[in-house]
Amino acid sequence: MALSGIQIYKLLPQTNCKDCGFPTCLAFAMKLAAKQVELSACPHVSEESKAQLAESAAPPIRLVVLKSDGYEVKAGNEVVLFRHEKTFYNKPGLFIRVHDSQTPEEIKAKVAHADGFKVNYVGIDLVLDGFAVASVSGDAAAFSAAVTAVRQASHRPLILMSRDPEILAGGLQAVDGESPLIYGADAQNWEAMADLAKKHHAALAVIASTLEDLADLTEKIKSRGVEDLVLDPGGRTFGPALTNSTQIRRLALKKNFRPLGYPVITFPGDVGDPTLEPMLAAQSIAKYAGFIVMDQFAPEAIYPLLVLRQNIYTDPQKPIQVQPGLYEINNPKPEDPVLVTTNFSITYFSVANEVEGSGLPAWLVVTDAEGMSVLTAWAAGKFDAERIAKAVKGFSVADKVSRKRVVIPGHVAVLSGELEEELPGWEIRVGPREAVDIPTFMKQAL
Amino acid sequence: MPIEIPMDKWPGAIRTITLGATAAEGGTRSRTITVGGEKSLPFLHFESEMPNPPAIAVEIKDRRPDDWSPLLLKAWGEAAENPVSWAKAAEAAGADLIQLSLSLTDAAGNPNTPQAAVAAVKATLAACGLPLLVFGPGQAEMDNELLVAVAEATKGERLVLGLCEDKNYRTIVATAMANGHLVSARTPMDVNLAKQLNILISDMGFPLDRILMDPTTGALGYGIEYGFSAMERLRLAALQGDSMTQLPMIVTPGFEAWKAKESKVGEGVPEAWGDWLGRAINWETLTATALLESGADILVLRHPESVRRLNTVIADLMAAPVTA
Ligand code: B12
Ligand code: SF4
Repeated sequence: MALSGIQIYKLLPQTNCKDCGFPTCLAFAMKLAAKQVELSACPHVSEESKAQLAESAAPPIRLVVLKSDGYEVKAGNEVVLFRHEKTFYNKPGLFIRVHDSQTPEEIKAKVAHADGFKVNYVGIDLVLDGFAVASVSGDAAAFSAAVTAVRQASHRPLILMSRDPEILAGGLQAVDGESPLIYGADAQNWEAMADLAKKHHAALAVIASTLEDLADLTEKIKSRGVEDLVLDPGGRTFGPALTNSTQIRRLALKKNFRPLGYPVITFPGDVGDPTLEPMLAAQSIAKYAGFIVMDQFAPEAIYPLLVLRQNIYTDPQKPIQVQPGLYEINNPKPEDPVLVTTNFSITYFSVANEVEGSGLPAWLVVTDAEGMSVLTAWAAGKFDAERIAKAVKGFSVADKVSRKRVVIPGHVAVLSGELEEELPGWEIRVGPREAVDIPTFMKQAL
Repeated sequence: MPIEIPMDKWPGAIRTITLGATAAEGGTRSRTITVGGEKSLPFLHFESEMPNPPAIAVEIKDRRPDDWSPLLLKAWGEAAENPVSWAKAAEAAGADLIQLSLSLTDAAGNPNTPQAAVAAVKATLAACGLPLLVFGPGQAEMDNELLVAVAEATKGERLVLGLCEDKNYRTIVATAMANGHLVSARTPMDVNLAKQLNILISDMGFPLDRILMDPTTGALGYGIEYGFSAMERLRLAALQGDSMTQLPMIVTPGFEAWKAKESKVGEGVPEAWGDWLGRAINWETLTATALLESGADILVLRHPESVRRLNTVIADLMAAPVTA
């Protein structure tokens, strides 16, 4: 936990020499506690105090960054148990696992497909983060061949999986200069694994089946000089996985328990039943995983998982919004129809995507509804006749179109009377309730 | 090294609510379902025992729906032609509860009637021994008209009647009170609104242990994060001792997920969306999983495969903790 001003004061020289620019050490300590100054401003602080202060300033869950040529994946640095308390910051990395028992061709095909996977959600391109390569053959050459095959199909960060340091060494050689995650260190192999991780600037996953053993192991590895650790506490089904991840998160945040202050890795595919894999991955997203390794790459499962991750990691204070304005879809001409909607991203993209997909040209007036959906904004008084009229006038819609007619969402049909008064000379039409029905409506009714 | 797991010591607990009544209890159900009773956040058995597993309700209609995804109609097949066969199929698919949603009109487009609603409910009760939730079509006047008739014709069954919302709850609560039923109280994703509606309902003299609370949810991609957080906040408020939030939560991931374009539409969508049926079931089950983790006591689902998956997950989450 962060130290208080008084606790910091006790670690300072207490000479009030003013070299830091503050009248007293206490004043400086208070500023430090408030994170308004840097410790380096005091030239007299002892090395020992420096170490203690650095330790206390470290985040309760260490930030671990995996890197490869042009990509990085971050996990950790979380500060709350519940997203409404602040927000969740670093989206858990989603990885796809391949095995060295597959042929290089099979590996390349799977990886290339997953690497190129991209799906648009509310204007954001969602993608996978990387790949895990697992040694099951027990053969070092097969493992490094598999790693090389993955690298031929993708440049995204890797997780290299084997308990045998010699097998891993070959794989690490193949991705020299990157910071992959090594999986992993256990009670038997941890010294060799720690040395490998150090040598290759890799992060290291630590594996144990109780939290006590896990904590012992992370401490030992840390004292051997490896600090970028990731935890695998075991627990491959829903109940145990939830218990483990909750206990680890609580220990880190509530007790500042350093030995478990690292991101957690999960393997939802290990649940056995492939239909449950996406659900266990969903649990991992909602409940505290830092890295999630999937066995199946199926777009119909990856798309919803990426969306869930996006949703859970949205800052609760800031609904995702688009800029209010007049949007042109499919190069509209003056005679083409005018549709009105709000600036909540989900709303805007539901409508824009439908119109765009239909190929029909239209003008879309996006009102400033403070980032709320149609009905929410309507209920909150942020999407009424006055605001719509203001947008239509403000964006000079009349100058761009020849036919003064606006279509409002079916859910706010009640606004049409008032809007007629607010926009004299305009014809007000009520559209369908759901965006899916807009293309048919445009073809038949406009 | 020895580790002391931080435990939350909550002063409050969720109420225990029983749905349905057996013959001995004045109804006709072959079994009842009890939900609630939690003394900690969901499935944290290391902190306190979770006395009742979350229950799964399957939503059926009083007639073949016109606006449901073809994937759902295909999955239920002939069974979806009428509530009797549908309820039986839902029970066979693993439902704990049946939610019968009454239609606004009959197949010919004429407004639904109290007689027809009562007939549908009675037929469903006769066909299947599970406790029943009966929901109106969602238009205040029609809801009141249909649900009053249903409540009176099924006195003592401990049905759940819905929806009670702030603008329309008095008539439904009054008839539930007079006829020994329960109600579902829905508010839009807000702790204070949920509390307020529960207060209004209990101010009518209606016992709190007959109210389920529906905090509303959005589907994955369509506002689930608001529902997720509203539920976590409601559950935390309840455990902290706020008696007006100590009610089991019911949510409708089936309805929300099957409204999403991802589930509804199979053609003309991006290739990256993958297989239609697989995606639709993932949409429903992932929405439901997230809500389970945030405190749902009853999940109302639509697809039989989703029911199977959620049953498996709930059984796993309820299993005694494995101490390795
Ligand atoms: C998520 C949500 C919220 C979130 C806000 C999310 C946001 N950024 O907008 C939160 C929790 C903050 C919220 C708050 C409130 N909410 Co709210 N909320 C919802 C919820 C669950 C989903 C809304 C949503 O995101 N829908 C998805 C988007 C994409 O839908 P949409 O904008 O309507 O767009 C669709 C269509 O309208 C159409 N469309 C859109 N534009 C256009 C344009 C044209 C031309 C056409 C043809 C079609 C079209 O296409 C889209 C896709 O089909 C709904 C209930 C529900 N399940 O629908 C309630 C709901 C909208 N909320 C409601 C209410 C009352 C409120 C509050 C006033 C409650 C309160 N007193 O606190 C507040 C108001 C906000 C405030 N004061 O700050 C009510 C509104 C009731 C009513 N009919 O008036 C609803 C319906 C819930 C209910 N049943 O009571 N809410
Ligand atoms: S420079 Fe250091 S020792 Fe001098 S007053 Fe500032 S904090 Fe105290």
